[in-house]
Amino acid sequence: MIELSGLTKRYGAGQTILESINLTISKGEFVSFIGPSGCGKSTALKLIAGLAVPTSGTISVEGMTPKNAREVISFIFQDATLLPWRTVKQNVGLGLELEGVESNRRKEKTSQLLELVGLQHMSDAYPRELSGGMKMRVSIARALATSPRLLLMDEPFAALDEMSRDRLNEQLLRLRDEQKWTAVFVTHSVAEAVFLSTRIVVLASNPGRIHTMLPIELPLPRTAALRDTPEFEACVMQVSHALRAALVQ
Amino acid sequence: MKQQLTTLANALGVFAALLVLWQLVLWVFHIPKYMLPSPWAVARAVGARFPSLLSALSITAVESGAGLAASIVVGVIVALFFAQSRWVRRMLYPYTILLQTVPIVAIAPLILMWVGAGTAAVALIAFIISLAPIIANTTQGLVSVEENLVHLFLMHNATRSQLLFKLRLPHAVPSLFVGIRIASGISVIGAITGELYAGSSSVGGGGLGYSILYASSQLQTDYLFALVLAATVLGFSFFFLVMFLEWYFLHRWHESALKMEVE
Repeated sequence: MIELSGLTKRYGAGQTILESINLTISKGEFVSFIGPSGCGKSTALKLIAGLAVPTSGTISVEGMTPKNAREVISFIFQDATLLPWRTVKQNVGLGLELEGVESNRRKEKTSQLLELVGLQHMSDAYPRELSGGMKMRVSIARALATSPRLLLMDEPFAALDEMSRDRLNEQLLRLRDEQKWTAVFVTHSVAEAVFLSTRIVVLASNPGRIHTMLPIELPLPRTAALRDTPEFEACVMQVSHALRAALVQ
Repeated sequence: MKQQLTTLANALGVFAALLVLWQLVLWVFHIPKYMLPSPWAVARAVGARFPSLLSALSITAVESGAGLAASIVVGVIVALFFAQSRWVRRMLYPYTILLQTVPIVAIAPLILMWVGAGTAAVALIAFIISLAPIIANTTQGLVSVEENLVHLFLMHNATRSQLLFKLRLPHAVPSLFVGIRIASGISVIGAITGELYAGSSSVGGGGLGYSILYASSQLQTDYLFALVLAATVLGFSFFFLVMFLEWYFLHRWHESALKMEVE
């Protein structure tokens, strides 16, 4: 699905953000990037999306260059990035509208997605009337409306309180079970990464590089109850340990 | 609602007190009425010459309104052009500052010479003076879009025109209104100043500025005051019209409009 080989990104003369990253992500995986700030995890995501250009190395998404693969990719940003002058349903329909999908089909798809994230009662509200969690759900609905095969998420829940974050994590996994997209997820939170991922990539900084890769073999589908199990605890411990080792280096 | 009534009552109270003070000054210092007419004389002048006052007012309203409308259309088009590249902005932006700093009084005779006296010349002056704030504010709104929103559009393969008309332009509307609010005030000033030079091509066809010039030359000070009053009313109406439009277009989604409701 995604192949990164020898991927390097430098800014200006000396500053190396990412140093020869080699990574293959197969279809159906949920991969999280975690690491200290400055390890280039957000940059890696932008490179896969084609929003930044690598200094050297190659990226292929389903055999295409990132820019050509945009039709199969959706990106969810750290802030909800809703257009404040559009209602919730107009925001959800934005991607479809930009891609030239005709209005009836757009309406159908939009209301279906709003129902999926539980916001059909807010479809005519403006973003400023929504809570942070609701805004993020609109953002997710918008990303999924174009039926992506690959979902890139850059710390989407970082600004939310822990309760809404947990709820949205559960909702995200449910959506994934239904729609079967592949995901690359950037986060600061170990517990979040463990709960969501099938594999965690721990990055080290200066320069940004892969420190360890840890498959998370917790059973699927996962529910809120998983967080209370000893297996979950063990995984969190293991990832935290790797993260500390990456920090020390 | 009650609070608004109190505000209104206060404003009227201050107004009444000023009128009393005005009348007292006249009585105490024995000022001749060609220097300062009494409030009552001004009111009488308004009543007696209402038709000509109204016609002067409407001429100035049309001139400044046309100038303002043209500056909005041209200003937005120029701003859309400026938003295309940093290079274009760097090269041409200094000229909009020039537009703002050139003294309108100094170029009015030139315009009179080129266009000829009358409504068109005055509207042109109002247009020139209102253009700079529209361009500056709209450009600012167009280019200050968050990077992530641009990225979002790029991820959906948005075209250049989709980026401009579905993202940058709506994002710039609140800034555009800031520009219009500034321009609405100065367009009236521009029109009246313009009329002092290029007021009328025919007798009785002049606006407020022309009439002010005429009234002062005839020492009709009470009518002069009535004209100043009319000019103030015009400025106020423009300002409130713009405020209303701003509220109408923005109150559903924009924070500044929200605050206006609360206040």
